[in-house]
Amino acid sequence: PVITTLSSFISFSSQQRIEIHKLRQGDNLILGFSIGGGIDQDPTQNPFSEDKTDKGIYVTRVTEGGPAEVAGLQIGDKIMQVNGWDMTMVTHDQARKRLTKRNEEVVRLLVTRQSLQKAVQQSMMS
Amino acid sequence: MSAAMDTESTYSGYSHYSGHSKKAHRQGRDRHKSPRSKDGSRSEKSVTIQTPPAEPLLGNDASRAEDGQDDNWGETTTAITGTSEHSISQEDIARISKDLEDSVGLDCRRYLGLTVAAVLGLLVFLTPIAFILLPQILWRDDLEPCGTVCEGLFISVAFKLLILLIGTWALFFRQPKADIPRVFVFRALLLVLIFLFVFSYWLFYGVRILDSKDTNYQGIVQYAVSLVDALLFIHYLAIVLLELRQLQPMFTVKVVRSTDGESRYYSLGHLSIQRAALVVLENYYRDFTVYNPALLTASKSRAAKHMAGLKVYNVDGPGNNASGQSRAMIAAAARRRDSSHNELYYEEADQERRVKKRRARLVVAVEEAFTHIKRLQAEEQQKAPGEMMDPREAAQAIFPSMARALQKYLRTTRQQQYHSMESILQHLSFCITNNMTPKAFLERYLNPGPTLQYDRDRWFSKQWTLVSEEAVTSGLQDGIVFVLKCLDFSLVVNVKKIPFIKLSEEFIDPKSHKFVLRLQSETSV
Repeated sequence: PVITTLSSFISFSSQQRIEIHKLRQGDNLILGFSIGGGIDQDPTQNPFSEDKTDKGIYVTRVTEGGPAEVAGLQIGDKIMQVNGWDMTMVTHDQARKRLTKRNEEVVRLLVTRQSLQKAVQQSMMS
Repeated sequence: MSAAMDTESTYSGYSHYSGHSKKAHRQGRDRHKSPRSKDGSRSEKSVTIQTPPAEPLLGNDASRAEDGQDDNWGETTTAITGTSEHSISQEDIARISKDLEDSVGLDCRRYLGLTVAAVLGLLVFLTPIAFILLPQILWRDDLEPCGTVCEGLFISVAFKLLILLIGTWALFFRQPKADIPRVFVFRALLLVLIFLFVFSYWLFYGVRILDSKDTNYQGIVQYAVSLVDALLFIHYLAIVLLELRQLQPMFTVKVVRSTDGESRYYSLGHLSIQRAALVVLENYYRDFTVYNPALLTASKSRAAKHMAGLKVYNVDGPGNNASGQSRAMIAAAARRRDSSHNELYYEEADQERRVKKRRARLVVAVEEAFTHIKRLQAEEQQKAPGEMMDPREAAQAIFPSMARALQKYLRTTRQQQYHSMESILQHLSFCITNNMTPKAFLERYLNPGPTLQYDRDRWFSKQWTLVSEEAVTSGLQDGIVFVLKCLDFSLVVNVKKIPFIKLSEEFIDPKSHKFVLRLQSETSV
């Protein structure tokens, strides 16, 4: 019997709420990830966005063992809101400021993540 | 091609000339052929037959007649040869008489045209003077005295006639540079116009003034002045029609030489086909490289090899299916796996290498030869009178050291007929006189130049025929094709109209050039 399998990738995006507790290092409170993007940046150079005109804020790097990784933030996530503030139409600097407010110890992010799920189908069995 | 096949199959009996059936064969052939010879001519000695030129069979009749053992060959054979040196065939006589007619006809026509124009011009020029002088001669006493006004008019007539004379000399008095098949339409029109114009003026003058012996002399002089003014305007019309109208380019013309595909583009204005042909030919002598039949032998031998490969035998029946045969030939040739493309590639690569090697040797030899010559300055000329040479002798002195390399190079590029030793020596002394470098001396030999550069008898192209579907005096239109044929090759000319260009304007404020940086920064938080 010959089995032909057809596997396809289906991608969908899911929204997640992530709560990060900032870590104090010296005089600074760090979150442990890097952001890229913004309405003043070039969206075509964003490797994580599906739509190359998307000027949103994306997570470009997550430091190992940092607060962001512990909270479950992943590389490639798009940050939609920070503590209720919208992040889809902000400049890069505005995004940075919103994340690094001095008097906040906890930031609650609403992120969108594209996840891929492999669907395996058996198409022919003979 | 199929005709060659036909003759081969029909006359295949003749190629094996054995003894036994010869007499019967030949008599049969003669009976078949003698009516044709009678049709040719009784007084001439020979008749030409339309055979394909590659076919040697029929041309060997004379020699075969001698080889044969037939005793009666003197009576039974008709000498079916082409033209020999001692006889003139019907064709030759026809051709000679046609040549005579043609040359006499053309010359006559050209001189006729010129004389008509000259006579008309003289008549036209003397007419105003006649208008002014005739009343003075014929009825001087009756004329009203006409003082300063008339003298002023005389001066203006004189100067206007002078201007007209100079203008006509500048415009029309030129050596005719070409013989064209049909008359120049615009020139003929202008001549007719002038003739009608002057004729009507004379008519009016004769009826109104001479007959009635008008006494108003001032009116007569003014009449003559108006004639001269009108003649000046006709001269202006002539300039516009003959010279100015074709200056603005309207057509682009592509000229392709039929033998090797060399092509050029030219821009022309509104011209008739024959004038366009003239322009193309004038530019041909300057722009196209000289026609060299020696360069075409390679492709001809390849073509011959293609044709000689296959033979068609008609096994099914006696039907003369010529088109079927040729189709079968083409199909078989397409299927055959021949390696001629390979040969061509390697041959061309070899030839290129050979030419480059010879060229390098030539350049070195010439450079070395030129170092032996030094120009003497004026002061030095008095000091060393013994060894001084003029350019010709200097050329002869250094020529032997480069002669061999040059000859070998010319042989390799198949140019050796175009340069005789005398011409090379002349060119060398010319270059020495004008302080040219070896490279400047060699440019004439390294690349084939335009036809004008070479001797007239190597041109291969002096008599041209214009072949055109449209009338040759009609103007150029888009899509017209005409062919300029000479004996060895032809130039195919394709006319295309210059497209109508829509040009629009856009204004860009210099202050509006602004730029922005494309950033992709990454910040760690």
